[in-house]
Amino acid sequence: MRAAINGLAGLIFGLGLLISGMANPAKVQNFLDLAGTFDPSLIFVMLGAIVVTFLGYRLASTRPRPVLVDRFSLPAAKNVDTKVVLGSALFGIGWGLSGFCPGPAITSLPLLAKGTLIFVPAMLIGIGLARLLVQARPSGEAVSAGASEA
Amino acid sequence: MTVTQFTPLASTVGGVLIGAAAVMLMLFNGRVAGISGILGRLFPPYAGADPGGAAVFVLGLIAAPLLYAVVTGTPFAQTVSGSASLMAVAGLLVGFGAAYGGGCTSGHGACGMARLSLRSLIATAIFMGTAFATVFMMRHVVAG
Repeated sequence: MRAAINGLAGLIFGLGLLISGMANPAKVQNFLDLAGTFDPSLIFVMLGAIVVTFLGYRLASTRPRPVLVDRFSLPAAKNVDTKVVLGSALFGIGWGLSGFCPGPAITSLPLLAKGTLIFVPAMLIGIGLARLLVQARPSGEAVSAGASEA
Repeated sequence: MTVTQFTPLASTVGGVLIGAAAVMLMLFNGRVAGISGILGRLFPPYAGADPGGAAVFVLGLIAAPLLYAVVTGTPFAQTVSGSASLMAVAGLLVGFGAAYGGGCTSGHGACGMARLSLRSLIATAIFMGTAFATVFMMRHVVAG
């Protein structure tokens, strides 16, 4: 049942990325191009996603625990440290250069664009490197696997 | 560069679907739908990370374009840069930055903002800022 929810959530998330235009790097880069071919569509993606998630999370938080597991696994980290600032800055540069963030890149795999097939392995290497670095040099807070990721 | 159509309706519908998937994951499995976090869970150490669940979610993401093509009768149209060096560098930056910064557009941008997390709000402001600056440099300064 948990696997079914994971699979269905992944499928719906992926369809959302496709229908919204997030999975088209040209559209993402046009959203980011205020001085050029600006396409404001992605504001609507963010608003739709944030409003639904906000309301749904409020509903979920009224429950003592999730439907299928014992507890909520919420991101533990709350402080704004060097990692959040530096990591987010680098992420934004890569997002701007390619028009891809992690979800759309993975969803694009079966479309077999050459750029996607180069981007995704590089992204996975990047994730692996960051995890190695964080594990080797944990900062003040406890870094438990998975818990610090939003 | 490719001019794209302004699609407020489709983009809202897509955003709602993304939100619905995030809510499903929280309500049933108690987890945020941060894609970089979910990809990170495929890597060791696995303590409490449910790598199997993460892998099934990723399979769902990959299946989406196939379902899209079956339902609409046409494959999803996208324009992806074919520059190998640019995409390799961008992929490294996106993967490293999102994992090091604890989230990406979904984890910080959607789920974190919906949780009213100050950390996610700041992360989102920073990556949007560097993304706008990067596209400006790339299209209007370097490209002339």
